[in-house]
Amino acid sequence: MKRIISLTINSVLYELAVEPRRTLLELIRQDIGLTGTKKGCGIGDCGGCTVLVDGIPTFSCLMLAIQAEGCEVETVEGLATDGQLNRLQEAFVEHGAIQCGFCTPGMLMTSTELLRHNPNPTEQNIREAISGNLCRCTGYQKIVEAIQHASEADNE
Amino acid sequence: MSDYKILNTRAPRVDARDKAIGKAVYTDDMTRPNMLYAAILHSPLAHANIVNVDTSKAKRIPGVHAVVTSKDAGIEPYGVSPARYDETIFCHDKVRYIGDEIAAVAADDPDIALDAVRSIKVDFEPLPLVLDGERAMDEGQPLLHKQYKNNVCAQVHWNFGDIEQGRRESSIIRTDSMSSKMQDGAFMEPQAIIAEVDTSGNLTMWSSTQAPHYVQRTLAMALKLPINKVRVIKPAVGGGFGPKASCSTAELAVCLLAMKTGRPVKMTFDREQVFLHSRARHQFFHTMTSGLRDDGTIAFLEHNCLLDGGAYASFGIATIYYAGSLLGGPYRLKNMKYDGYRVVTNKPVCGAQRGHGAVIARALFEVQLDRMAEELGMDPIELRLKNVMDTGETTCNELFVSSFGMREALEAVRDSAAWKKKRASAGKTRAAGKGIGAACGFFVSGAGYSIYRSKTYHCTVVTKVDEVGGGVLVSSGAADIGQGSDTMLAMITAEELGLPLDDVRVQSGDTNLSMDLGAYSSRTTLMTGSACRDAARDVKRKILNAIAGRMSVPPETLDIKDGHIISLGDPIDFSDLRDEYLKEHFGFSDLPDSPLLTFREASRIAFLELGTVIGTGSYRPPKLGGSFKGAAVGTSPAFGCSAQVAEVTVDLETGEITVDKITGAHDCGFAINTTQVEGQMQGSMMMGMGEALMEQICYDDKGRILNANLAEYKIPTSLDMPHLDAIIVESHEPNGPYGAKEVGEGAIMPVIPSILNAVYDATGVRISELPVTPERIAEALRKKRESCG
Ligand code: FES
Ligand code: FES
Repeated sequence: MKRIISLTINSVLYELAVEPRRTLLELIRQDIGLTGTKKGCGIGDCGGCTVLVDGIPTFSCLMLAIQAEGCEVETVEGLATDGQLNRLQEAFVEHGAIQCGFCTPGMLMTSTELLRHNPNPTEQNIREAISGNLCRCTGYQKIVEAIQHASEADNE
Repeated sequence: MSDYKILNTRAPRVDARDKAIGKAVYTDDMTRPNMLYAAILHSPLAHANIVNVDTSKAKRIPGVHAVVTSKDAGIEPYGVSPARYDETIFCHDKVRYIGDEIAAVAADDPDIALDAVRSIKVDFEPLPLVLDGERAMDEGQPLLHKQYKNNVCAQVHWNFGDIEQGRRESSIIRTDSMSSKMQDGAFMEPQAIIAEVDTSGNLTMWSSTQAPHYVQRTLAMALKLPINKVRVIKPAVGGGFGPKASCSTAELAVCLLAMKTGRPVKMTFDREQVFLHSRARHQFFHTMTSGLRDDGTIAFLEHNCLLDGGAYASFGIATIYYAGSLLGGPYRLKNMKYDGYRVVTNKPVCGAQRGHGAVIARALFEVQLDRMAEELGMDPIELRLKNVMDTGETTCNELFVSSFGMREALEAVRDSAAWKKKRASAGKTRAAGKGIGAACGFFVSGAGYSIYRSKTYHCTVVTKVDEVGGGVLVSSGAADIGQGSDTMLAMITAEELGLPLDDVRVQSGDTNLSMDLGAYSSRTTLMTGSACRDAARDVKRKILNAIAGRMSVPPETLDIKDGHIISLGDPIDFSDLRDEYLKEHFGFSDLPDSPLLTFREASRIAFLELGTVIGTGSYRPPKLGGSFKGAAVGTSPAFGCSAQVAEVTVDLETGEITVDKITGAHDCGFAINTTQVEGQMQGSMMMGMGEALMEQICYDDKGRILNANLAEYKIPTSLDMPHLDAIIVESHEPNGPYGAKEVGEGAIMPVIPSILNAVYDATGVRISELPVTPERIAEALRKKRESCG
């Protein structure tokens, strides 16, 4: 039996009927059509589906949509303002942190939260924060550098 | 410093912004109107005869639109190499691994499709299994395929120079062995496919593939369609690394279902299916005997190799050739003998993966060199420097290195990692468990021959100038799978035409656009880059000819710079052309405000003169290779080479290895994009480190994968990875565009052996079975203590 839930995604209020077993990831990608959030595994191993739920990095493949009732969800599509990339996104672009880009949305969401609670992270802080987000392309080096640069820029 | 404006810079990738904003479209992000969803029935048994397949129940489930088996798909064999077509779309007589495909369903939604697949009843007659690659050739082992006697699907026997002579010259001779486990590509994007047929019978398939052209050919052949009716489009792809380089059953099945139902059909692998489909790294068993003269010169190499490739041939023939041929460099080696066997077993199929075929062979040879250096009392880097080839030399298996910065690369890592100082501190000031190791590598820069026998151009590029003036559109069949080839094409075009990068648009990865063999064998920069450069030059010539004609000056006196037409001779008054342009752009807001004629004006005028201005370029390697059997594999218009130093700390109690730092240098000829060359190197370091220390597919005794997920199949995380130092060496390859050659795969070659050599330096134990897990190290240390104590 479907249930009606309401939640906010990137500051837009949605009200929709979902099956109880539908995941937040399916809701975001399929019901809302925000396909920026990626599914690399569906079982909590890769971090590709990371979104912020009430500010907390969350694997949306492991959360049921109905659990997000009343929550504020942020996805990669919510980072830019009027098509203008934010500092973190710019840093990813400028510093070569993006190759295939499949891990990028999850990486961005995880590091967005990191910089919110720790605007001046050490390299070790960064590595710890993104250790649940797998990337097979970059060896993480340029991702770490991009986050460092974004934080320095933030502190200017 | 180069004179280039765009090339050799750190220009951001052309697709990075879309990817950063969540706008890049991967196959699974797409839907088509009225779309159905497919599911595949995989074999639950590793080896069995199929007695009966009953789909009647599945067909009756509401919402199911088609159920297909070998009865619908036919049993025409296909595969990667024409000489080894051994797969059919669906199994008909027997299944050969857990995951082998038996049937497929198209239904209204994925759940119904899965239900339907589960309700297909298959009667099997189980057969004895062949799971151990080392025993697959033994007498009395069951056969997987009638045509593969003793389960051998390919073998190679080479003898270059004179091994016996080499033996006689040697003062040190060693025999060592090394084995590895099957691996997974572990790209982040699982394969996804959408297929659709229009009312005229044109089939379009969107797929996360590395090789649209080969896939197009296989679809046409296996589905019996005219090839011009098949179009393959590669949307954004989330990594490939080799396993996505051949046509899959899933692609064929989804197309077949689209043809049957007349509706678009979609299928996305779950992560377990990625593991089952595999086509990733083989399991290797190598034994090498080599010798050194007393001055450290390598005298010979005798190499035996066995590859366990799982149930079908896939790329395996190329793999077994590469495993032998790529040891021809980067050292001067006059005498080399190679015997390789590639066997089939009842396990998921192996194929190509970054550093195709050559990675474990390289690891063992580099370890053996270290061991001989130790016996000889010579520094391992000195030993290597003594033996490295230089530009212009040819290997014993007739590979010509037209540019070769091996020496520079080795010296660069030696100096950058303070090798001498750190090595010298061994046993003295160095903390217990710290070690440092080095290794080199060698790789092709594009396969010299296409997979099917043909005189085909390996790629073509079509560059069209906007008729409205202003920009250019580069069309290429090349596959950007995350390695950045679209950016490479844009940068080359912008450089040639003197345009800002923003005025070049690239569309690629579509068989409608142009011919391109795809993303494998590290070929795209050299080959498609060359074609792209020629297409841009063709465009430029046409535009300048048109303008020169109008101005009555010789075309050689004109050039394009920074988006403007400039005169190399006397100043030219272009005001007539400008008037003409302005007249037809009355009311526009972006009228030229420069005193010089802009590219926008010139390209419009050229269109008015000539009609649509199109430039084309194509690339085909020259005839390469020797006359011996299999000489084609391993040939390339150029070769990349690399060196690395790894520094590790090993916990001498638990065996836990921490890689503290990797310093790598790679000769990419010329870096079209500096950031991306580093990125390829760093990605290679990560993949190699995973292979060295943690990655292995584990099977039970039924042939079932025990760790078909990214939690138990461990790849390095950000916490596992150390700081990665990437040093670019530029040797200016004469056969590559602007001197460029490969970086995508060659950079992985030295990673595993440099880590293994560092682990030995730290612990005094050698592990010959990869991956080098803490258990294996701890066990070896325990044995060593016992034998000493
Ligand atoms: S898709 Fe959610 S963690 Fe992988
Ligand atoms: S950029 Fe490809 S997985 Fe991270």
